[in-house]
Amino acid sequence: MAYNLKTLTEKEERITGGHRMCAGCGAPIVVRTVLRALKPEDHAVVGVATGCLEVSTCLYPYTAWKDSFIHSAFENAAATVSGAEAAYRALAKVGKVKGTTKFIAFGGDGGTYDIGFQALSGAMERGHDMVYVCYDNEAYMNTGIQRSSSTPKYADTTTSPAGSEIPGKVQFKKDLTMIMAAHNIPYVAQTAPFRNLKDLYEKAEKALYTPGPAFLNVLAPCPRGWRYNTPQLMEIVRLAIETCVWPLYEVIEGKFILNYKPKNKLPVVEYLKPQGRFRHLFTKENEGLLEEIQKEVDRRWNRLLELCGEA
Amino acid sequence: MAIKDKLSGNEAIAVAMRQIDPDVVAAFPITPSTEVPQYFSQFVANGQVHTEFVAVESEHSAMSACIGAEAAGARTMTATSSQGLALMWEMLYIAASLRLPIVMSVINRALSGPINIHNDHSDSMGARDSGWIQLYCENNQEAYDNLIQAIRIAEHKDVQLPVMVCYDGFITSHAVENIELIEDEKVKAFIGEYRPQHYLLDRDNPISMGPLDMPAYYFEHKRAQAEAMKNAKRVILEVAQEFEKLTGRKYGYFEEYKMEDAEVGIVIMNSTAGTAKFVVNELRKQGIKAGLIKLRVFRPFPFEELGKALSHLKAVAIMDKAESFSTAGGPLFTEVRSAMFDYAKDTKAVSYIYGLGGRDVRPDEIMSVYQDLLEIARTGQVKSTFNYLGVRE
Amino acid sequence: MTKERKMNIREDMSWREMPQGGHIIDAGNAEDFKTGDWRSMRPVWLPDKCKQCLLCWPVCPDMAIPVENGKRKDFDFDHCKGCGICVEVCPFKAIDFVEEGK
Repeated sequence: MAYNLKTLTEKEERITGGHRMCAGCGAPIVVRTVLRALKPEDHAVVGVATGCLEVSTCLYPYTAWKDSFIHSAFENAAATVSGAEAAYRALAKVGKVKGTTKFIAFGGDGGTYDIGFQALSGAMERGHDMVYVCYDNEAYMNTGIQRSSSTPKYADTTTSPAGSEIPGKVQFKKDLTMIMAAHNIPYVAQTAPFRNLKDLYEKAEKALYTPGPAFLNVLAPCPRGWRYNTPQLMEIVRLAIETCVWPLYEVIEGKFILNYKPKNKLPVVEYLKPQGRFRHLFTKENEGLLEEIQKEVDRRWNRLLELCGEA
Repeated sequence: MAIKDKLSGNEAIAVAMRQIDPDVVAAFPITPSTEVPQYFSQFVANGQVHTEFVAVESEHSAMSACIGAEAAGARTMTATSSQGLALMWEMLYIAASLRLPIVMSVINRALSGPINIHNDHSDSMGARDSGWIQLYCENNQEAYDNLIQAIRIAEHKDVQLPVMVCYDGFITSHAVENIELIEDEKVKAFIGEYRPQHYLLDRDNPISMGPLDMPAYYFEHKRAQAEAMKNAKRVILEVAQEFEKLTGRKYGYFEEYKMEDAEVGIVIMNSTAGTAKFVVNELRKQGIKAGLIKLRVFRPFPFEELGKALSHLKAVAIMDKAESFSTAGGPLFTEVRSAMFDYAKDTKAVSYIYGLGGRDVRPDEIMSVYQDLLEIARTGQVKSTFNYLGVRE
Repeated sequence: MTKERKMNIREDMSWREMPQGGHIIDAGNAEDFKTGDWRSMRPVWLPDKCKQCLLCWPVCPDMAIPVENGKRKDFDFDHCKGCGICVEVCPFKAIDFVEEGK
């Protein structure tokens, strides 16, 4: 069925307003879109790692989740959800389940790329029928914007601050989507809340309804940590995609598919300029750093084009 | 008609697990608990159980997966030791506070460092504040019996707390002894079905678990948890009564061995109690009024009952197979003596830390403890409250 | 118009009155919590300019654009935090952005 916003408005929202995410946060946009891809008759068990999403959507005595929700700890959303999924299969064997339940784990880049990586890798390798969604805001935002392995090179964070000697985070961003593709699971995708959210929605649908483990890496801009003008979230996402900093692609049964190829690939400075976390790069001394960033963006983009047969 | 067999502690536990046939087992290997998931995996592979076995990639994930499974509504079990228990430390607290009746065997092994794979109680003692019910076992029979009872204790509506069943690594886990097993159907009937009130897979009543709790609420949630542990005291005895009807074997908070007219005694847990009973018998042959108490339930702590049970002794040695590095005795000593302050003020109490890292404990060493106690009883003086047994000074 | 809830937890409740384990049995009750007072800026929907393209609806982080029978209605000001994402996204300039309270 073709993506149609009007039709989709008929689906009941599975996450409510009244949560405490910052005004303009990218994470709930991602979450509501992913949950929208569930069939109305399917129940969901959602496990969320400690982080912005979890503390803000489930603060006693309130919960913004209409499905079943569990938070246990920071590094184990994948393990916790894998246990729930195993329970489902066990109870189904003895006729104790009704209907279909889908298993979704959400984690920020902290709880996914770093502390949660082991649990993610283990759960994916074991082949549980679940989806792991990383809402990637590129730093440990909940504790106040500390660097993660997902933080882009030279970004200013509180543990990789731009100082007189060191211009921000010195390592390039870890490529988790590629790592997950190397797990050889049925479905991996890199996506973002782009334009009318079709890319994100359809990938969420595929992830949910492809049997076995699936992984979605979703760019989720953070107005506090990235320091852009809050209303411009969708424009920031657009720039990330048009500069090829955050390409949209899928890996289906090991086959790489590019979902969006910019007609005019924009220079990466277009993406960096509106964000305060990169502001220190726009000085004469730091020109070389901008070139470094561009070079790496191009290298990864070209490699992706090769993999997708689009070179 | 009970089934007579010869099994190691790990084999016995695996058999109990097979008979319980839990919905999910998520486990990671670590010596000396490894055999438990190994034997159990064979049952799974042969279709003898309906269990979903999740071969997780670490003990932290083992407990996390157990939490997810139990929260979802499945009866869940696991097993570990030492570093594995230590690795899942934060999750133990979370399992208890989420009120999930997970049942775990802890095959007691020393905590590193240095790394040591042999028996002592530092692992489960380290988890004593986690909110788990702790049952300690002298031998394979007790391990088997306690595991089966643990399911009923944990899942009781007034408890809803996880239970760890602790038995000694290698000494109990790997040594083959006689055992009396219960028939499969009788175990099944005894444990019944798991019927949680709140569970994630209840699609008609979706639920959120594990919220962020502000200061306005956290204390009340903990208070409720403490009440559940208090209820466990009662439930443990109720379950034991039912178990006695089923098997004829009696269980309480502790076993009192030749305590009725004892003047000196020791408080001890797990396998060394067996050695100590032999020593008590030898002393009795000499006409010495020696006895011992073998503690089964450490959490919840039977404060009043244990205190009262020691009150008629002249002197007691409280034996710890763990150091808490307080410099003032081991964990068992601290808690027992606190109870004695209320109920056994006139009894002299001394601490012995023994057997760390699997150091063998010989009858003559236990005998020397009783000799010390007899001296205290005779003189009314305690020369040394805090002692080590069996270390080369 | 607040939904009927199974429990209304209050800060003066005894531990005996609350469900065990900190479990929240009223799914989606965050709806009862109003975040509208967070606003320092306020979106103003101009229905005459609005073409009902619905591009604003899914990008609201607070689910504050209600849609009925395929048509958006005015903002849910109990929950709108005034982030302005919808303002920027609207292709028809059918949402104004003004200071709250003015």
